[in-house]
Amino acid sequence: MSRDDRKPDAATVLETHPPMPGAPATAKDLSRREKIIQQILSLTAFSAVFILGLIIIFVFKAGIPLIYKVGLREFLIGTAWSPTQGEFGILAMIVGTLEVTFGALLIGVPLSLLTAIHLSEFATQSTKSVMKPLIELLAAIPSVVFGFLGVVILVPFIRETFGGTGFSVLSAATVLGVMILPTIISISFDSLQAVPQAYREGALALGATPWQMVVRVIVPAARSGIITAIVLGMGRAMGETMAVIMVAGNAVVIPTSPLHPCRTLTSNIALEMAYASGDHQKALFATGVVLFVMIFLLNVLATALMKRK
Amino acid sequence: MEQEFQRSNTFWNRVGTRLCMTTTYSVAGILAAILFYLAWKGIGRLSIGFFLDSPIDLGREGGVFPILVSTLLLAAVALAIAVPLGVGTAVYLTEYTKESWVTMLIRFGAECLAGIPSIIFGLFGFILFVVTLGMGWSILSGALTLACMVLPTIIRTSEEAIKAVPASIRQVGFSLGATKSQVIWHIVLPQSRSGIITGIILALGRVMGETACVIFTTGISMEMPSSLFDSARSMAVHFYILAREGISMDMANTTALALVFMILLVNLGATILFGRRYSR
Repeated sequence: MSRDDRKPDAATVLETHPPMPGAPATAKDLSRREKIIQQILSLTAFSAVFILGLIIIFVFKAGIPLIYKVGLREFLIGTAWSPTQGEFGILAMIVGTLEVTFGALLIGVPLSLLTAIHLSEFATQSTKSVMKPLIELLAAIPSVVFGFLGVVILVPFIRETFGGTGFSVLSAATVLGVMILPTIISISFDSLQAVPQAYREGALALGATPWQMVVRVIVPAARSGIITAIVLGMGRAMGETMAVIMVAGNAVVIPTSPLHPCRTLTSNIALEMAYASGDHQKALFATGVVLFVMIFLLNVLATALMKRK
Repeated sequence: MEQEFQRSNTFWNRVGTRLCMTTTYSVAGILAAILFYLAWKGIGRLSIGFFLDSPIDLGREGGVFPILVSTLLLAAVALAIAVPLGVGTAVYLTEYTKESWVTMLIRFGAECLAGIPSIIFGLFGFILFVVTLGMGWSILSGALTLACMVLPTIIRTSEEAIKAVPASIRQVGFSLGATKSQVIWHIVLPQSRSGIITGIILALGRVMGETACVIFTTGISMEMPSSLFDSARSMAVHFYILAREGISMDMANTTALALVFMILLVNLGATILFGRRYSR
């Protein structure tokens, strides 16, 4: 008589003596449960990719037909925007977006880089411990509030100082310049911190002043992180809607002076979405497609830069 | 000659370092000025009644009670959807996979999603949830859209928190005979709790302050919502309408203060409780 005959296998035991409720699970149960959990998790893991796909499909499906109908060239370089008359040219909005974005970078980048350098290289521990939460709070203030502050403080100030209505490229760029500070400060701070301590010691040992150390050694070493920070800040400025609507004046003209009003791609969508229908609504989705492509390219750029680090 | 050289070095050193310091204090000054301005303008009308009364005459008088309830509902539903998905993604990325094209694809998807402007989420939520799935302007449509928007934030913060759990703690779990899911559930997640909660709180702040995508998916009804399928108005949208349509500057100021105060409280809570820094 072999041993196998005397000892029934697990399956037989389970059949004749089912486990009490709450009894410890068998190894087989456990491994099946593990597999199910892993499958569920792998499904959730694709949620972000899935949502990205849905966004592309739905926004493009609503916008692309109109671009076809109008013609890509006409749509991108047409200057007339009167959607009720069937004129869909968004050049003014593209130029407006670019002007406001670069203006915001002109204002925001120097401020945030100098702040990040101070916090990373020169500040005392106590300054750091006050400033870092403060800057994080700046990131938490909603964009509508920034827009509102722009309307009640900045717009009158610009009107009185430089003339014009005050609702201008300059106002929008200034508001956005402040809004992108936390993004650029925190990412470039991180990349400055990642520079090895030995670089600093080496520079100082060679007789460099602290400022020379920063300009010649630390900043070049942290370059890719700093550029990534600027690109991400640029993406944020380009995609901002509510703050820009409130201070930019929103006229559909190609602004030739910082004091002229302008309309960005984002505000074009938000301003007209409430009442648009038919081709007009499709044109707003098409505006969204253009904005999406611009932001997507920026993101690819940022990812590529980050990988190089 | 050499002296001159040295003097010039010291000079530029002084200019550079002082410039950095001045800029830092100016940035702090800008933020302080913003907070003071909001407090100064808004504090006059802020009272318990403001939070507990219904708006009267389009919001010229009264309070924001139904709007506050809608905001909290939106936030709760959005997080209830986004948190399991985000934490699940983070667990999968850190515990179940090696670096490969699959994880690269997932990370790239999350990065792209994080960069998409809220107005495009608004368009997407409008065309998918409001129109195609027929949910109309409702809290549910808004919450689903917001959940898509904050998902990358939750993925990133949870992943960082989970990565920070030392491998040795996991090995102790395995050596006691625990399965992978048991180790994750009983050891890894509790250990990374503070980081995950920080991410959730960050997402909460973003949801409460969001305007562009809520206005297209949840609508602007000021009534008290009776179900998730009702249109509603969030605090940020209410503030936008008050200010933009010039309904009442007083009430706009008060609403702005209340909104910023709520968001700052939430963020400050996260900083104090867990003392973790975050970006974006």
